[in-house]
Amino acid sequence: MTTLLEKSDRSRDVSQPLEKLNPDETLKANSNQLRGTIAEGLVAELTAAVPGDDIKLMKFHGIYQQDNRDIRDERRRQRLEPAFDFMVRVRLPGGVLTSAQWLKLDELGRAYGGETLRLTTRQTFQFHGVLKRNLRPLMQGMRDVGLDSRAACGDDSRGVMCSVHPQLSALHAQVYAMAKAASDHAIPKTGAYREIWYEEEPEPRNQATPEEPLYGRSYMPRKFKIGFVLPPFNDIDIYAQDLGFIAIAPRGKLEGFNVVIGGGMGRTDQAPETYPRLASLIGFVAVDKVTAVIDATMMVQRDFGDRADRMHARFKYTIDDKGLDAIKAGIEARQGFTFEEPREAIFTSNGDQYGWQRGEDELEHYTLFIENGRVINHEGRPLMDALRAIAKIHHGTFRVTPNQNLIIADVAPKARPAIEKLLDAHGLGSSNALSGLRLNSMACVSMPTCGLAMAESERYLPNLLTKMEAILSAQGLIDEPITIRMTGCPNGCSRPYIAEVALTGRAPGKYNLYFGGGFHGQRLNKMYLENVGEDVILDAFEKLAVHFARERQPDERFGDFAIRAGYVAEVKEGRHFND
Amino acid sequence: MSVFEFPATALTAEQWQQVNALAQSLRPGQALWLSGYFAGLDRGVRGVIADADYIPAPQGATAAGTPDAGGAVQGLTILYGSETGNSATLARILADRVRECGLQPVVSDMADYKTRKLKDEQTLIVITSTHGEGDAPQSAMAFFEFLASRKAPKLAGMKYAVLALGDSTYERYCEAGKQIDKRLAELGATQIEARVDCDVDYDEPAAAWIAAMVEKITPAASSGASVVGSARVSIETSAAPAAAVFDKRRPFSATVIDNFVLTGRGSSKETRHIELSLEESGLTFEPGDALGVIPHNDPALVEALLGALSLNADAPITLKDRATTLGAALATDFEITLATPRLIDHWAKLSGSAELERLKGEGEAEARTAFLRGHHVVDVVRRFPVCGLDAQNVIAGLRPLQPRLYSIASSQAVAADEVHLTISTVRYDLNGEPRSGVASGYFADRAEPDTTVPVYVQANPHFRMADDDTPIIMIGAGTGVAPYRAFLQERETRGASGKSWLFFGERNFRSDFLYQTEWQGFLKDGVLSRMNVAFSRDSASKTYVQHKLREQARDVYAWLEEGAHIYVCGDAANLAPDVHATLSALIQQESGRGRAAADEYLGTLQREHRYQLDVY
Repeated sequence: MTTLLEKSDRSRDVSQPLEKLNPDETLKANSNQLRGTIAEGLVAELTAAVPGDDIKLMKFHGIYQQDNRDIRDERRRQRLEPAFDFMVRVRLPGGVLTSAQWLKLDELGRAYGGETLRLTTRQTFQFHGVLKRNLRPLMQGMRDVGLDSRAACGDDSRGVMCSVHPQLSALHAQVYAMAKAASDHAIPKTGAYREIWYEEEPEPRNQATPEEPLYGRSYMPRKFKIGFVLPPFNDIDIYAQDLGFIAIAPRGKLEGFNVVIGGGMGRTDQAPETYPRLASLIGFVAVDKVTAVIDATMMVQRDFGDRADRMHARFKYTIDDKGLDAIKAGIEARQGFTFEEPREAIFTSNGDQYGWQRGEDELEHYTLFIENGRVINHEGRPLMDALRAIAKIHHGTFRVTPNQNLIIADVAPKARPAIEKLLDAHGLGSSNALSGLRLNSMACVSMPTCGLAMAESERYLPNLLTKMEAILSAQGLIDEPITIRMTGCPNGCSRPYIAEVALTGRAPGKYNLYFGGGFHGQRLNKMYLENVGEDVILDAFEKLAVHFARERQPDERFGDFAIRAGYVAEVKEGRHFND
Repeated sequence: MSVFEFPATALTAEQWQQVNALAQSLRPGQALWLSGYFAGLDRGVRGVIADADYIPAPQGATAAGTPDAGGAVQGLTILYGSETGNSATLARILADRVRECGLQPVVSDMADYKTRKLKDEQTLIVITSTHGEGDAPQSAMAFFEFLASRKAPKLAGMKYAVLALGDSTYERYCEAGKQIDKRLAELGATQIEARVDCDVDYDEPAAAWIAAMVEKITPAASSGASVVGSARVSIETSAAPAAAVFDKRRPFSATVIDNFVLTGRGSSKETRHIELSLEESGLTFEPGDALGVIPHNDPALVEALLGALSLNADAPITLKDRATTLGAALATDFEITLATPRLIDHWAKLSGSAELERLKGEGEAEARTAFLRGHHVVDVVRRFPVCGLDAQNVIAGLRPLQPRLYSIASSQAVAADEVHLTISTVRYDLNGEPRSGVASGYFADRAEPDTTVPVYVQANPHFRMADDDTPIIMIGAGTGVAPYRAFLQERETRGASGKSWLFFGERNFRSDFLYQTEWQGFLKDGVLSRMNVAFSRDSASKTYVQHKLREQARDVYAWLEEGAHIYVCGDAANLAPDVHATLSALIQQESGRGRAAADEYLGTLQREHRYQLDVY
């Protein structure tokens, strides 16, 4: 089976000796399938950190070492090491969890995570500020309710996303089950996680079969993101996935999926060879072929992805380097069948539908706006307490949306009043009565915990939105849905490059400003101003908003107008993002 | 100039050798001090060796009138037990005085005294301080234990006298001196001069006692032989070497260079790192030494006290050496935080309070302690107001403001002109008001950079770093880790080859790991070989340094067997006994021998100065 791929330039992929590749490849290959010396580092008593390279291996276990950057300088002067702690990301395919699981996460967040939980843009939870000595208790606590943090970070298949689609109950159940199966299938199989975090003895294993049949010793070149979406809502931003499955279900019956490959947000400032890219549509497959597609696609990226330069290692660059046709052919060769012609699929938005929705099975679902996904007890609005109280009486499920909001799902109509009462009692009755801009906003965590952050994000966006809302109010646009996303760095955790308005951090108080993204995630935006502060951002936003209010066409979106009115050029392909 | 080039005195070759060896070992300032010391000694030596033809006698001086050695007291030993050096200083002064009268006393630190010699002593003069709640000075513990034990010999025929130093803030004031006095009498020795108990302002009573002692043991002196001249002994001039080296009575004004909180946010403590400049002071110290700090009282407290007394700050008063005002004296001369039994006595008289009168009673020690715990000076004054007070009369009830000693946290090998301290701020509420420690509160609230602090160096010969190639085990809790910073700085600069192991304990890892990054650096560079830490409030099961010590029993014992020196610094009440018990237990465990053998093992370490404590 010789394809174009085998004949392409192999000088930077897994076929090369380790010394020719990025040092991380050596680290992975020599880690004894992600064990490293993590267990020893956990008991090193002179530091709150994990010494050496184990930090990188711990990502594969869903753990990031971080420190409180607000006090880093202060502690340096105090002769104290940085206030090291850990972020732990739960693996939660499709964002679905039970009330019992919610209560456990709530308990663990209160005990070990600074009395807060963070909902993420990939439909899961993050604990922040977990001390080293609390990692095992946290992991073991999650185990008690069937949760873990395996491969929530690292060069592997991350938690698999799935639309939360409240109305189409049966279809959601079917696709969610597939997303969960895909997650379980693509997850690393090493026993390292159980041995390190549950302190279990290694399981006896047949030495003839590799511990990681798919990943081998070197895992993926970089992270690999898979998602399933149910049109018309593109809530998961299917075009931001490495591998996306768009459900094709005429009249509610699932026939199969359009397959898209090569999406990804991350880029680096001042490095034009890096860029965000929207996934490319390569065909249609039947429902029973999904696993084969996943295996084949991951194998292609595993074998041909760039392992010499981590900034160029995502699948999107492999595709653009080798050519989409060559990659598609390579996948088809490995899966043993060809893709069919793609079917028609129409998206209308990538946001959430707030408030109560009734599903076709008569169960009700309440989508609660949670600003930037932060579950915490606010003064006079004890959100964390409210959700705990609801979880105690709720017999359905919860769904974390890809926009960092929460659905209280599968509520029997007669159970609805009790939940409404609890929401009101905790001051959350009007949580969704906000501007169209705020309801479609997202910020990443950023300062003070994220090591990559260059500017504020979660702590700043709400204040900036208040100022933008004043501008929109004056133009009669307060209810206009406009997507706005902010990140503290260019890496794109809140998927900023597909928002109608985006801000990515450059330095404290300074951001790049982007306009022109597609409202339902179909088009990248483009930088309008570089490295500017709040006054300049607000002036530019006001200019566009005033213009938009005056000259928009019926139903024209903010992002579409920005292009038509010439504020920015349309970006048709990721590689032209920086032109 | 080499000492060999000095032409004048015809020293013997052996003496030259000794002088030269001494000169080689001197550090800045020490030579200066010695010049004064020898100048003072010269006078006594001339008296003793009247026929010494190799020392040119100064013009006009005469050896005549020197008492015949045969007529003086034979076998005179001056034994001191010292915590902060005061007893040692007084012992030297007494020795100088009796030498002037032609005697040749043996002066010995209890820490070094061979107890088997005790039964042969003819005259034993004891000067000892008391540590904490009635204990002997740490370095003198072994001597006290021996004396109290059944092994102590009968001392019939021995003459003795005791000078006791203490601090009347403590209920069991001068207890060590009282105990030794009682015990020597029990063993049959004859007291030749009544014991005197001195409070922290010991200068005058001590001088009077020394003068009385000199008269008592040198009969010739009292017959007018003139060398002593006056019965009055001035401690100020005697204690000081000839040169103007700064000391307790003449402290150096050190400038604060840096002052910051070491403990991180959220700590239950506030521990500070203070850096002071010693530039142009000539002060020198060794790792293990302490810095005496003479603090000023909180001006707000002075004001509050003046208010309670209904007296003006400018009310004139006379101190023993000068005229000043009440406000100034309360700020810089007297303790105005903790009250003392002396204040109870005094205030009972002034106020006529029956309650205070009752607290004075012999059997009221417990009630008195409780009362003093709940009442600072200002609380006593407020609770028992006295009208029409006389300022002079007020201060008669107060004790002089005492210097505070802090183990030095830096080495001059690294920063020759600096001295670093690690100070935990004492803060608490009493009677609804925030209170703070005199010195620690001073450093926390008022010692801004560029202000000056009066300081002096307090040598601590009982806490000395081992030779460079000897392994050391350092155990410290809280600010007790300070001297080890000096140890390691010194060892780093000298490229010492000996292994080192630090045990450190505090409350919380995240906020209270004092000097964390410095230890991490020492470990990385190999200056520190091992380190274990215990944080008592990070988990339900409280872990202290002794637990870590026990965990490492095998290696700790192996290090001791290799000749390691072991140091303990920090809290006297808990840390020192707990560590001692743990060491005893781990030695039993590892050596397979019994308790007695283990205690003997530790006793040997102590006698060999391989097990040293600096506890407070």
